[in-house]
Amino acid sequence: MTDTPDTRRVTISSPEGLHIRAAALFAGLANRFRSSIHVVRGNQRVDGKSTLDLLTLGAEQGVELVLEARGEDATAALDALESLIHNNFTEPPHDRK
Amino acid sequence: MKLSDFVVRDAILASLEASDKEGAIREMVESLRSTGHVANGDYDGIVKAILKREELGSTGIGNGVAVPHTKHPSVKGLIGTVARSKSGVEFSSLDGEPVHILFLLISPPDRPGDHLRALENISRHLRDDSFCRFLKQAASRGNIEELLDEADQNRFG
Repeated sequence: MTDTPDTRRVTISSPEGLHIRAAALFAGLANRFRSSIHVVRGNQRVDGKSTLDLLTLGAEQGVELVLEARGEDATAALDALESLIHNNFTEPPHDRK
Repeated sequence: MKLSDFVVRDAILASLEASDKEGAIREMVESLRSTGHVANGDYDGIVKAILKREELGSTGIGNGVAVPHTKHPSVKGLIGTVARSKSGVEFSSLDGEPVHILFLLISPPDRPGDHLRALENISRHLRDDSFCRFLKQAASRGNIEELLDEADQNRFG
């Protein structure tokens, strides 16, 4: 049985690209969901729940990535992660006090 | 970008003495200063900037690794160095564990791409268990230099 992931195409818009803080925020957020999360850049596919894996993408400003999620909460995961990227990696709203 | 493109070999520290975050950062920047890669007058500013960046979020990204860094106008091209701590440095890491491998990076303010490429390179090697294991066990600067060379030649993985 092939499992087809839900996917979302995003573009890194922040000038610093997917640097450490961005990667750590992304991985932290991804880890809140039960779905497995992967991030694809061209031929490269990495675990979206690992900061170190994400850094290996070297995703600069302007780079397009495909987010993949597999699991019950796939849609919620993709919504949240896409939002994080579009907001240039500022904290998601429910974290603000 | 290879590790040898930016790691200052003379400043490699095989036996970091400090066990706290600020001490470790000071020791590494001092190593760059004493080998002539950071000016005396820039030492404090660079240390402060690196510590300030740590306040935004620890660069202890897990697996016993940290990548403290800053931009600074005094460098024309990205420079960095590597330190190894035998007993571990308390770094408020994301996984709560002490850090044994540190890559310190100082990059020119207007070139985020260089910094990202260095991170890409460093993280690619750090994902390799052998590389990490050997680096954690490296007893001398020479050992570390050999490891970096082998990594650049893709001898790992």
